[in-house]
Amino acid sequence: MTKEKFKKAIDVIGLPRLIVFCFFIAIIITAYVNGINVPSFFSSTIKYWGMWCVLVLAMIPTIKCGIGPNFGISLGIVCGILGTLLAIEFEITALVDGMVPGLGPWVAMLFAMVISAAVAWLVGIGYGKLLNLVKGSEMTVTTYIGYSVIYLMCIVWFRAPFSSGEIIWNLGGKGVRNSVSMESSFGNLLNDAFGFYIGGESGIYIPTGLILFCLLMCLVVHLYFKSKTGLAIAASGSNPTFARASGINVDKMRVKGIAMSTMLGAVGIVVYNQGFGFLQAYGAPLQMGFLCVASVLIGGATTTKATILHVIIGTFLYQGLIIFTPPVSNELLAGTDISDTMRQIIQNGVILYALAKAKGGSSHE
Amino acid sequence: MNKNSVAGNNSGESLKRALFDNKVIIMLVVLCFACILIADTNVSYIASEVFTRFGRNTCLVLALIIPCLAGLGMNFGIVIGATAAQIAIFWVVHWGFTGIFGFLLCVVLCTPLALVFGYLLGKLYNKTKGAEMITGLVLGFFADGLYRLFVLYIIGGVIPYDDPNLLDRGFGLRNAFDLTGNIKYALDDISFLTVLALVSILMILSTLAVSLHDKKKGNPMDSKKIGIRLVTGAAVLVFSFVARMIPITNQLFGGTRLIFTDAALFGGLGLILYGIMGFLIRRSKGEKGPGKAIGTAVLGGLLMAGTVIAPVREIYQSIQLPAAAYAVICIFCMFNNWITNTRLGQNMRTVGQSRSVATSAGINVDKTRIIATCISTVLAAWGQMIFLQNLGTFNTVQQQSNVGLYAVAAILVGGATVQKANNKQAVIGVFLFHTLFVVAPLAATKVVGDSAISEYIRMFISYGIIAVSLAMHAWKSAGGNKNKGADAQTAAAVAVTSGASDLPDSSS
Repeated sequence: MTKEKFKKAIDVIGLPRLIVFCFFIAIIITAYVNGINVPSFFSSTIKYWGMWCVLVLAMIPTIKCGIGPNFGISLGIVCGILGTLLAIEFEITALVDGMVPGLGPWVAMLFAMVISAAVAWLVGIGYGKLLNLVKGSEMTVTTYIGYSVIYLMCIVWFRAPFSSGEIIWNLGGKGVRNSVSMESSFGNLLNDAFGFYIGGESGIYIPTGLILFCLLMCLVVHLYFKSKTGLAIAASGSNPTFARASGINVDKMRVKGIAMSTMLGAVGIVVYNQGFGFLQAYGAPLQMGFLCVASVLIGGATTTKATILHVIIGTFLYQGLIIFTPPVSNELLAGTDISDTMRQIIQNGVILYALAKAKGGSSHE
Repeated sequence: MNKNSVAGNNSGESLKRALFDNKVIIMLVVLCFACILIADTNVSYIASEVFTRFGRNTCLVLALIIPCLAGLGMNFGIVIGATAAQIAIFWVVHWGFTGIFGFLLCVVLCTPLALVFGYLLGKLYNKTKGAEMITGLVLGFFADGLYRLFVLYIIGGVIPYDDPNLLDRGFGLRNAFDLTGNIKYALDDISFLTVLALVSILMILSTLAVSLHDKKKGNPMDSKKIGIRLVTGAAVLVFSFVARMIPITNQLFGGTRLIFTDAALFGGLGLILYGIMGFLIRRSKGEKGPGKAIGTAVLGGLLMAGTVIAPVREIYQSIQLPAAAYAVICIFCMFNNWITNTRLGQNMRTVGQSRSVATSAGINVDKTRIIATCISTVLAAWGQMIFLQNLGTFNTVQQQSNVGLYAVAAILVGGATVQKANNKQAVIGVFLFHTLFVVAPLAATKVVGDSAISEYIRMFISYGIIAVSLAMHAWKSAGGNKNKGADAQTAAAVAVTSGASDLPDSSS
């Protein structure tokens, strides 16, 4: 009896989640024991949680509308990069700062977000229409569309007609440089806003602005899915036949969900870039889609069900793991960094587990 | 019913249909030519590069065909087969085996490893039916992680591996693994004559085995056919030994590489003779029309003519064929064909078309799928061995990670779909894909004026091809499932307008 109960409990929690959680706890304990500066790493964890939160949040709409996690989030990401680059190119920070000192970065960030969200909305609608044509194999198609878009944009970035000295290569000429500094625009804007330390200068840093913004975005998504359209999207994802019977245009709802996901991806990369301090255009976003998918799955989502709580928990666990592993492995394995390998195994293992779970029921077709 | 007359009446329609069916190939050919024109480089360089890449990559692509037959789609999981080959190489090089013996030892070692990997992959595919491709892709990344853990930490760290030259810092292998001096060109350096001898021996033995088997079972035997086979085999065997004695033939065929000029000359001659013989046989049977035989003869003539025309001859001269690698490609193709025609192959086909039908016909669906995955993984491991011995040095950690990507892109370029792939498509696909792979960066560099762009172009081509063809396929099949009746109607309408009284084969 107890064995069955145990099995059921594991099924409810999910094996990878349990492993990741235990691993995380074990690593924190090891870090304490080995005298690693845990508060500072906790600060980074919170910072990275905020940076990734909106990107991971972009998984919710597509899972809700029945497409599964959006491996093609790169589409939104390149839109966000475009918006950020435009904000830097037009020197909005300096422009607005000249009129109202101190407001510049905020306006620049808002500009980047609005521009990229608008582009992402358009792209997302086209993308959604495409995905309506390929029902049943969305995950494979989105993955490859995501990859090819990244490389297509690599070619574009390479010769994009920007003129700002911040963006083009040092030696002059055309094209975007490998990493564009955001210091003069809105780098670390949200991270520094209302930030404070718990327990003195060596304690845990709380980036209040970033956290508030993430929670705001979560709230927006939450409220959206409480609205009529949001409910219709969720209905067409969980039971398309029923939704169609009650007069919902399922295809249209799917397009809306995908467009929303792409928009969130665009806003998410703006938030990520401001926290990172640099904008990396070329191949950097290639694996971001997988990371986002793994994050939401670690949080407890499946390929058909996800909530905002899953996003918050999953991002925290995953980022915590990524940030705590290098110092601990450095300490235990004498100067080697095993963390990237661990990340690769955990990330893809979690996705595999979710895939196996999701399709397990249909083995007797 | 009478296809010939229909085709004759509507040659325009059938041409249209042929163009439409081969739209991917035609698009790629046009693209390749455009790139060659823009790049404006030495054609000899492109030709020799493409033929080298063909010998290197084709086996990996051929590994994709059997899982496709069994309804698994494009097997992105061949990455783990490549991993098995690399693990085998680490130990064979460590033990100090070199040359063809080292190569064969690698093949022997990697096979059981690949079988185990393939079995596990098949189990996983059975759990994710309908999502095999994304599973294969993610599994590739997952396996990459495990492999990296193994290569960088476990070798030398946990498993003893006492080789300071290969280890990085006491444990973990160095980033680049050099095969020069041990198994580089181990297979490629085998001369054409040796390959001929081996093939003829194989032919004689297999003919004898088959005839003995038939005799035991009491099956009717075609003694004429067996006789022809035995005589041909013996003749080829004798030729391969005699040719060693004669200086000219030894110079032509005894070297490590076969120059394409010689191959074209003698191959063309062979094709012409074969074509004329086929034509005569057709005539003696009383059939009308030129048939395929004339086409073969013309092809042979063209090949031979090329050796006389100076610019073409120059291109020919720059192509050096590794005879053994090409022979292995032929053997892989024959193996794929053979499997398709066995009982197992028929079962796979049934499983691929409908799992429910297969189950009700008493076929063990899961087992068949696992076998298909195992075969694919083993072929991929061997393919990776051929790839690496030609490449000579490889990136210890990352070499395998793009194997699936390039192989799948190549076969899709050849006109294969997720449900249907064959040897011909694989071969054409590898040629086209790698031509584009060579010339597109050259053309882009010429246009943009900076060579840094070539890697982006290559990756974009590979991913873009896969994205487009997967999307097109999914679109077609999703539409087909939704309104089958309407589809049948349109198909019938097409059939009526084209004047064909029977539906085209592709719709079945």
